[in-house]
Amino acid sequence: MHSEGSISIWFFIGISLLGNGLLILGAGLYQLVHPPAEPVVLFSLHANVWWGAVLAVAGAAYCYHFRP
Amino acid sequence: MNRLLSLAVPTHLVHLAPVDAVIVVFYFALVLVIGFYLKRRANTSEDYFLAGREMTAWIAGLSFLSANLGALELMGWAGAAYQYGILAAHWYWIGAIPAMLFLGLVMMPFYYISKTHSVPGYLKLRYGESSRVLSAISFAFMTVLMSGINMYSMALVMKVVLGWDINFSILISSITVAVYVGLGGLRSAIFNEVLQFVLIWAGALLIPILGLIEAGGWSNLRLQIERNASTEYTHLWGTLGSFNSNPMGIHWTGIVFGLGAIISFGYWTTDFLVVQRVLSAKDLRAAKMAPVIGAAFKMFVPFIVILPGLIGIAVLPMKLVGEGVAVASGGHSYNEVLPLLLARYCGPGLLGLGVTALMAGFMSGMAGNVSAFSTVWTYDIYKALFHKNANDQQLVRMGRWSTIGGVAISIGTAYLVIHFLSIMDYVQALFSFFIAPLFGTVLLGMLWKRATAAGGFWGLLAGTVSSIAMWAWVKVDPSALRYVALSPYARDMAENMYRALWSWILCVIVTVVVSLLTAPKPASELKGLVYGETEIPSEGELPFYHRPVFWAGAVAVVFILLNILFW
Repeated sequence: MHSEGSISIWFFIGISLLGNGLLILGAGLYQLVHPPAEPVVLFSLHANVWWGAVLAVAGAAYCYHFRP
Repeated sequence: MNRLLSLAVPTHLVHLAPVDAVIVVFYFALVLVIGFYLKRRANTSEDYFLAGREMTAWIAGLSFLSANLGALELMGWAGAAYQYGILAAHWYWIGAIPAMLFLGLVMMPFYYISKTHSVPGYLKLRYGESSRVLSAISFAFMTVLMSGINMYSMALVMKVVLGWDINFSILISSITVAVYVGLGGLRSAIFNEVLQFVLIWAGALLIPILGLIEAGGWSNLRLQIERNASTEYTHLWGTLGSFNSNPMGIHWTGIVFGLGAIISFGYWTTDFLVVQRVLSAKDLRAAKMAPVIGAAFKMFVPFIVILPGLIGIAVLPMKLVGEGVAVASGGHSYNEVLPLLLARYCGPGLLGLGVTALMAGFMSGMAGNVSAFSTVWTYDIYKALFHKNANDQQLVRMGRWSTIGGVAISIGTAYLVIHFLSIMDYVQALFSFFIAPLFGTVLLGMLWKRATAAGGFWGLLAGTVSSIAMWAWVKVDPSALRYVALSPYARDMAENMYRALWSWILCVIVTVVVSLLTAPKPASELKGLVYGETEIPSEGELPFYHRPVFWAGAVAVVFILLNILFW
């Protein structure tokens, strides 16, 4: 929904995905450098790095495409 | 605020890192920003209660699904999957898809063309004031109870994951929902539901992916489930030949006729919580497409809800138990399976997103209930009974106050939920009280011209009262289960299925008999309300791939394939 003079819902979603993606990616990269003493199961897959990157890229694309 | 923060209890399942806390705060901030931003676009009653009727099919469709993607979907059904196995997926497939497609293709034209504000509003147009008031009061009652369920579930997650005090969690979530729904009305609720839909997938999708990796793929997961539980847990239909050959204690007739034909049709086609989202669509085609889009996504929700429950059976080191046992023994309940998996797989950042996804689910469910309650209260109770000449501004003002009032009442109901063994069984009981008979009344109203005002009212009343009576009968005398659910082995969910079926049948019989004994409405008063008296715009000029019926057919094919695949 994007009526004249208003911000699209998809822009808000882009902001959310971009912000969360960057935060998760940052946390993942930090853990790459400083591995935790008690890692989660399957820590070796570094899910927070690649999942954070996926969310950030998707969020950036939404922000750009649906910018006000 | 210091007092509120001091309510947080230091014992908890996981520790949120600072980045997790930032993600949670970011979510709450964004939700409130959206609420304040949309306040300026909620000036008229059409804006406030129907989001200006300008939503696209995608927005209405995702919101339609997201309003239902609350506590039930995330924790309740993951817990049910742990408890009952893959049978829980029936509530997503046969218990949803046919009904959603039926709503889009058959019922939506009557709701949309009649320009009603609510489902009770349709009953007013079709049957008269008495049916509207009966339906509105029962809906309002059910809605605040549902909202209480959402609050309880939210507080449970916060207790398990973060160690927050239950009162603290309820306060934070309810204030947030009251602010953003109160300010922006349905448009704000819909915006946030779509946002929450995306967050839920973003936050919950990793659990089944990582769970399948840990289990060694689907085949190995099945083997581990069969070893830790039983072979019955991995079959969708194969074990439903008798009541005592499956974990749910249900026969296939209960699933097909009770769940598939009555409860799901009742919920997805007459529960105003979900129907309200579709009424906000910008035109009839969007209104018809919205449930079809919702159905397409609904089919894949089990991947983030049912599958984690099954993964929990295979990989969790502890045995989960019922709510009552968990409280008594200090163990973990079925409903905690999702947070436990979250803690197992998600490190800093992901944990924050996962917790946010759970919160988002609960908030969207709660917001859905509150916005629907506000509309029904304002139009179908306040305006109908107390202030017939209320102007537009008075309706908007009452909408805002009733939003706050609805939140306040549902806070009280949140504590009721604790006294029930399972969240889902409780909800199913509620559905069968009100929703199943309502489906009979609305369906006959839309498809049978001869149905009269007296028939509609007495049918609805008989169905609702009979459902409550059957529930009370089994509570007082448990041996009555053999009559209500056709078997002494039936469990709570099976009982709910059959009670819904009987109450629907009684509603239909009473409606038909009373209608045949009373004078019908003249055809001129049925225009736009009933099949045969309503001109539905043709879609003949549209290419086939733009027609709702084409996409409904595609969804139906996938639905059938999924049932065969997991037979």
